[in-house]
Formats: sequence, C-alpha cells, structure tokens
Amino acid sequence: MTKSGLIEAVAERTPHISKKDTEIVVNTIFDSMTAALKQGERIEIRGFGSFQVKVREAREGRNPKTGEPVHISAKRTPFFKVGKELKEMVDGVPLEAVQPETDPS
Amino acid sequence: MTKAEIVEQIYEQVGFSKKESAELVEKVFQTIKETLAQGEKVKVSGFGNFVVRPKNARKGRNPQTGQEILLDARRVLTFKPSLVLKNVLNDEPVSAAELLNEDD
Repeated sequence: MTKSGLIEAVAERTPHISKKDTEIVVNTIFDSMTAALKQGERIEIRGFGSFQVKVREAREGRNPKTGEPVHISAKRTPFFKVGKELKEMVDGVPLEAVQPETDPS
Repeated sequence: MTKAEIVEQIYEQVGFSKKESAELVEKVFQTIKETLAQGEKVKVSGFGNFVVRPKNARKGRNPQTGQEILLDARRVLTFKPSLVLKNVLNDEPVSAAELLNEDD
C-alpha cells in the first residue's frame, strides 16, 4: 500500500470527509512527525510504536569500488520501535490473547 | 510528540474540529495497522516504508537461567526511513553535544 492507497482506504472509512481533505490530513500527520523528529523529539503513538532519532558516530569508511579510505561524518538516523499491540497483530497472535495496553491519555 | 499532539496539529493546520481531527488520526493509524496485520507493506513516500518480514525459528537461551529454548518462527515489523527523511534530519551537522548524548 502506498500513501495514495492509504488516503484512498481512509477516505472510504470516512465518507463524510472529502478525499482531498483526507489527503491533507495524511500529509499533515507525516509532515508534523517529520518536523518533530527534526527537532530531535521522540514520537510515541500508543498501540503503534515510537520513533526516535539516534546519532551514528563518525567513522572511517572505504569506497568499495576503489578501496580508497573515506571519512563518514556523524549523522542522525530515525529509528522505529514497534508497539506491543501492532507487534502482536503483525505476528498473527489473536488480539483476545493479548493484554490491553494501558492508555493514560 | 504523542497522538494527541498530532491531533492538535490537524486541528490547527487543517481546521477540522478536535473531535473530527482525533477520529481522522485514529483512522489513519488504524488503517496502517490493519494493512500490516495482513502482511502487506505500507510505503509512505517522503517518510519511510513499514515492511512485515518473516523470521525463522531459532534456538535461544533464557538469559537468566542459561536454559536453551526454541523460539518459533514469527513475523516482525521493520521500518526503513526514506532518503528524504534522513536528509531532512541531516540538514545541519551533528553537534558535539548530541554525540555526547548518545546513551548506547
């Protein structure tokens, strides 16, 4: 499923909202998540998972073609940790067998 | 950032009521979850791909007792960030303070 497929699927579930608006909502969700990660903020979505930016240290690499050593500077990488509910959904464990997540919000 | 804060962004930027915003955000994540639960991947251009991967059964060990156990084959979810997202995060060079903050 691509982003447009996702927009399509969400629009079908929300017949009272236009597809155009659904598209704006989906884009705004991922744009705001990107902005949060850019600020170095951690994102936690209950039942889904969490995103966090980690720093990979600088290291000496090698050009695989020429064998020449190259310097790779430190960089930020986003990491995703799957939440308990989604982890079990993906693994096909029946949800009835899963203890509900406590949601304080 | 939490789901509530994403809802707040939708409310402020798109102009839906708080109730509608919350409903929409919920539906978006629910749709992604159900798609993944069927084993189908979800590709969000500009953000990243969520892919369900099979893992083979393997022998493990209870770290506490050292006893050998057989871990069943299972399916796990992986996230591959898009190049766009990785580039956005690296617009500026990593500072010394950030490097020190690494806890692992």
